[in-house]
Amino acid sequence: MRYVDEFRDPELIIKASEEIYRLADPDRHYRIMEVCGGHTHAIYRFGLKDILPSNIELIHGPGCPVCVLPMGRIDDGLTVATNFDVIFAAFGDMMRVPGTQGSPFEHKARGTDVRIVYSPADALQIARKNPEKHVMFFAIGFETTAPSTALTLMRAKSEGITNFSVFCNHVTIVPAIRAILDSPDMRLDAFIGPGHVSTVIGCRPYEWIARSEGKPVVTSGFEPLDLLQSLVMLLRQLRAGEARVENQYKRVVPWEGNRAALKAMAEIFQLRPYFEWRGLGFISQSALRIRDEYAEWDAEQRFPIPGTRVTDPKAAQCGEVLKGVLKPAQCKLFGKECTPEHPIGALMVSTEGSCAAYYNYEHRKAAMVTSISSVA
Amino acid sequence: MCLAIPGRIVGLVPGETHLGTVEVAGVRRKVDLGLLLEEMPVVGDWVLIHVGFAMTKISEQDALEQMHLLQMLGETEQAMQEVRGYGFEETGEQSSGNPQPN
Ligand code: SF4
Repeated sequence: MRYVDEFRDPELIIKASEEIYRLADPDRHYRIMEVCGGHTHAIYRFGLKDILPSNIELIHGPGCPVCVLPMGRIDDGLTVATNFDVIFAAFGDMMRVPGTQGSPFEHKARGTDVRIVYSPADALQIARKNPEKHVMFFAIGFETTAPSTALTLMRAKSEGITNFSVFCNHVTIVPAIRAILDSPDMRLDAFIGPGHVSTVIGCRPYEWIARSEGKPVVTSGFEPLDLLQSLVMLLRQLRAGEARVENQYKRVVPWEGNRAALKAMAEIFQLRPYFEWRGLGFISQSALRIRDEYAEWDAEQRFPIPGTRVTDPKAAQCGEVLKGVLKPAQCKLFGKECTPEHPIGALMVSTEGSCAAYYNYEHRKAAMVTSISSVA
Repeated sequence: MCLAIPGRIVGLVPGETHLGTVEVAGVRRKVDLGLLLEEMPVVGDWVLIHVGFAMTKISEQDALEQMHLLQMLGETEQAMQEVRGYGFEETGEQSSGNPQPN
């Protein structure tokens, strides 16, 4: 078994893997979705597929914030920054994501003031230091990140910093799961629930998946043993014909979530009636906008937003891969036109994107094996 | 925006109730504690940090395991770059790159 000896508890890993073999019905094919991009990265990195029975198929979900952002939103943010001489501040993950007129980095090379920040609070700090300029924070992320943006906006208001705004692209995970369950080409048996999103929202918001859809959910940590234990818990439920929400990641995830974080989000944000997701289309009540009380800090209310809509290049199959209908390597552009060096879709940019994860671990490994065997 | 980063609270910022100084593998930076209002950490506590905000308190054991996980995922460098990049005013830096708690 590859990598097993570098794990902290090799014996426990082997035991968990044996338990999975014991629980999995050989006559059944299991399709289990890991919702979170961090899990996708870990699953490829640890080569978990190699220690699982072949009838357990892990489907990669939509939980990569950069990947689900439609290109039009990137275009809109960069257009505002360029036309209004605004400092465009965003996380490093955004910098290489292609827009129709190029990525944020390419805009920087052409003269737009683009800055990498590691925290929304850093973007506010840039505004404090540059009172003559306007700083727009291009916010992305699920409920893990949205509370930090909310607190930053509260600080901006209480300090009266008005040369700062947020271009809000925060999305919520549960409606995306619902959209996937509703899509007719998708059959799933169970979910590995997101780890860090759940520290904020807790486990309750997943209960309908068990209750109304009859699918078990286990919120999981990110270590190999966490993921294997979560699979054991899911398989036990499936075997017993049960569907419940369980929390494997108790050491970090409180069942009720983080009340202070939820309160900050509720104060600053409200649900948009609908929002476009890359690959999943428009999903109702799936994204956050800034409340009118904070209009002064809302880039969408302060600046004219073009509202660009872009259809992805026809050959790019990011949508199917995002929904888990296709595996990364089944996209026609994978490893050819689209590579981490020259990404066409965002799934190839972020380390949490399944195309990048697949390319960096599986594809490179396969390429190495081919070149070694051709030498031999 | 990588996985959450474990750090230990080494100081609270007087007069700024929402700020704390954390140490991550020998590097000290200020982080925002505003999401932990319901169970404010004290000096010596371990927290998981995401985009400059402490998200949740964790045990020392879990902090070490999280560091190990980042290492296995090849994200330690990225995580340290993120921590060093936090632009709140700097609070001095130690040279050691050792993730062990004292
Ligand atoms: S290989 Fe590139 S174009 Fe194809 S799905 Fe992945 S990111 Fe999109």
